[in-house]
Amino acid sequence: MPEYYWPEEGKRSLIGKRHSRLDGPAKVSGKARYAYDTNRPGMLFGKGLRCPHAHARITKLDTSAAKKMPGVKAVRVVQDVGSEIHFALDEIVFLAAVTEEIATDAIRAIKVEYEVLPHFVTEEQRDKAPEAKPAEEEVTGEPNAAMEAADVKVEGYYGIVPIAHCCLEAHGQVCEWEDEQNMTTWCSTQNVSGMPAQFAEKLNIPASNVRAVTQYMGGGFGSKFSADRWGIECAELAREAGAPVKLMLERDAEMTVAGDRPSAYARIQLGAKRDGTLTAWVSESWGSGGVGGRGAPPLPYIFQVPNRRHQHTAVRTNRAGARAWRAPRHPQACHLTMGVLEDLAAELRMDPLDLFLKNVSIMGPRAKTFEEELKKAAELMEWKKKWHPRGDSGSGRVKRGLGLAMHTWGGRAHRSNCELLVYPDGSVEAKLGSQDLGTGTRTVIAIVLAETFGVPLAAVKVNIGDSRYPASGASGGSTTVGGVSSSTRRAALNALEQLFAKVAPDLGVSPDQLEAVEGRIQVKGNSGKNLSWKQATAKIGVNPISVTGANPGVGKLNDSGVGGVQMADVSVDVETGLVKINKMVAVQDCGLIIDLKTAESQVYGALIMGIAYALSEEKIVDPVTGRILNANMEFYKLPGVGDIGELVVHMMKGRRYDERGVIGLGEPPVISPGAAIGNAVANAIGVRVPYLPATPDRVLSALEKGGMA
Amino acid sequence: MGKEKKVDKGGSNLSRRDFLRGSTAGALSTGLLSGRAMGGAAEAAVDVQILGPEPLPMMLRINGKTHRMKLEPRVTLLDALRNHLDLTGAKKVCDRATCGACTVILNGKPAYACTVLAIEAQGKEIQTIEGLASGEELHPMQAAFIENDAQQCGFCTPGFVMACKAFLDQNPNPSREDIEKGLGGNLCRCGTYVGIRQAVLDVARAGKGGEGNA
Repeated sequence: MPEYYWPEEGKRSLIGKRHSRLDGPAKVSGKARYAYDTNRPGMLFGKGLRCPHAHARITKLDTSAAKKMPGVKAVRVVQDVGSEIHFALDEIVFLAAVTEEIATDAIRAIKVEYEVLPHFVTEEQRDKAPEAKPAEEEVTGEPNAAMEAADVKVEGYYGIVPIAHCCLEAHGQVCEWEDEQNMTTWCSTQNVSGMPAQFAEKLNIPASNVRAVTQYMGGGFGSKFSADRWGIECAELAREAGAPVKLMLERDAEMTVAGDRPSAYARIQLGAKRDGTLTAWVSESWGSGGVGGRGAPPLPYIFQVPNRRHQHTAVRTNRAGARAWRAPRHPQACHLTMGVLEDLAAELRMDPLDLFLKNVSIMGPRAKTFEEELKKAAELMEWKKKWHPRGDSGSGRVKRGLGLAMHTWGGRAHRSNCELLVYPDGSVEAKLGSQDLGTGTRTVIAIVLAETFGVPLAAVKVNIGDSRYPASGASGGSTTVGGVSSSTRRAALNALEQLFAKVAPDLGVSPDQLEAVEGRIQVKGNSGKNLSWKQATAKIGVNPISVTGANPGVGKLNDSGVGGVQMADVSVDVETGLVKINKMVAVQDCGLIIDLKTAESQVYGALIMGIAYALSEEKIVDPVTGRILNANMEFYKLPGVGDIGELVVHMMKGRRYDERGVIGLGEPPVISPGAAIGNAVANAIGVRVPYLPATPDRVLSALEKGGMA
Repeated sequence: MGKEKKVDKGGSNLSRRDFLRGSTAGALSTGLLSGRAMGGAAEAAVDVQILGPEPLPMMLRINGKTHRMKLEPRVTLLDALRNHLDLTGAKKVCDRATCGACTVILNGKPAYACTVLAIEAQGKEIQTIEGLASGEELHPMQAAFIENDAQQCGFCTPGFVMACKAFLDQNPNPSREDIEKGLGGNLCRCGTYVGIRQAVLDVARAGKGGEGNA
């Protein structure tokens, strides 16, 4: 068995460098086919009828007119008369027709009546909630006594409202039956290998008869792990109609039922010594994960205040259930915690950077990294030069301020299997049942292969996005890059071991004396004694070398636990309440970086997603109807190219980070931007805007209460 | 409901919004008067031809090729491209002229294909993302998107590339501010704006904005 390790710095030709993503050409030319782009011969179009009420019982349902319409091929009632509907836009009927237009007409021809029942959608008013479950109190030390003894105390109220995933490619799929027992689905999923079992169970066929294909997918952010009811119903429509069916959610449904990041609200008391040393924390938080009512934020976040008490209450609402949203629970916990820390610093008239640095000792196992990252971020932001005490921002109508926040995430590699073939002609092919969400998974696998074999990137072929390939984990929780790079590295080293054994006699040394570099198999330290990659692979014989690699496995190729620090520089117009981003700095570690370019893209993207939930995006829920008022992209506000200011990304690199192996990066950088921006706004205008997003109305209302407007 | 009346003045610039407003009025009217009587009244009032709702022969000129098909008058250009011609580069996302993922170039100007009816795109030169590269050779804007990693999931990318190309055709030497204003009609969820901004600047600086386009 070979030794499994990553090559050290100096010995890497590809790992850690900047590489353009391999599927870039397909994406920029429109050739990349997503689930939504799948067109099959004879394909029908599926549409759904959705309940307009947040809580209702179906009293009448008549699909006969729809069934009779020419071109309608299958109609399936999902929830029939008597069913209780618990959230708006839940599915009642799905149907399939020969054109999208006929399907739309047929939906309108369905007659349905409801008995409207009382609903609850405003979880911030938890006292009015019909259903709220307080969890057990978590207590460490002596919070009451410590709070009593604290030199300084602050108490604050903070909140972060529900947002949508707003995947640009809506949830959905095409389903096609080859015969009565075998089905293929082209689905927009983060979980290719996990799809067959989910479909098979509901369709009552063996999982081995289901094939899921996802070559490209247009955003998931945690909302696309499940086959979902619309997936199963799509398959059933296709089975009934005897033709392939495409069923993608329409935008209002996508925004309402296909993703919800739970809200979080908290009252927090924080006590400290005069020098800023934190001594006491007491908090109660609540929030909603919709009908599921879950999603407790881990409080206090990062700062393990020695004496602390926390309790969370999950509030059930009549909204569609929460789905994991990039770094579940962390952005909420970060905003709540960093907010009160900044407020404490303001109370002490202390620079929050100094307050953070004062408390490094309670930052947990990654404290040293945090300290380093705080200093690096401060340098890139020119923090010490720019920072001013809260509210000391001049007399003009535009106030400028700085804020900071920090975050942590696990990102341990998931289970992954790589099948690898090295052919006698030198070509190389890997197969993994993984998926590329746009993070660069395909590219990372190719880099690991090419690095290990010492061949150019273009010489390796990566096959992913098909459940027929060896199983790899779902892409969630920043687990993919560690998983696929480790399984691929192990497979490649296994292949190399076999190749070395084949060519060692020709080079007159034992196999362990060989290495693969720069397109050659050579004797270690003697580049003159070599075979080219092609000469070497020609000695394989007729059959390719066929090996596998798995994660977890032997050798330290990955780890978990990263940190990051972010700082925001904002301007706030106190007459309009508008917040503008001037600059943001993100400093992030993630162990060994495989592709620096796509790694940085993850962080840039996270900053922008963070700017979105910090300043503009939110699900606006109408308390009267229980519906989302802005279930579209016109009034669900995402930032545009002109709303992001200057973004600076710094990845921590070097031996200390490299030797940890690969760690996931998708989640961590999206955790801090909201908190950093929220703190910058407070620093600029002198008062706390308790909620994110800090929309103009909320900024103006905070100013009014704070007496500054 | 298959009862909409398309009022076409022979290549009019009826927008989808106008059309939808028209169809709402039509739907309301069917309860009060017969659809035909209402249509007849409209016809008499403005002296126009009533087309549809059944599929009509149409001819679209896309990427230099002529395509003939039969479509209902209510079919959008986007649905015609995606569902009838298998040109799936333009994406359906918001379907309401907000996000720009469906951007195509109509007679040299960027347009949201979700908000143009196929019937009104007749007689215009339609350029889609599929027609931007010359064979295997990418348009400089496409190459700049790759170089600057101006894409993640890639779903907004074709629309953005088309919008950037059309923008540079009209503004060959833009400032960063010009870019930020001029490209505000396209949205990305993954957050690729830093790369997009740089890609447009790179192509502008190289003076390649106008290359490889019709």
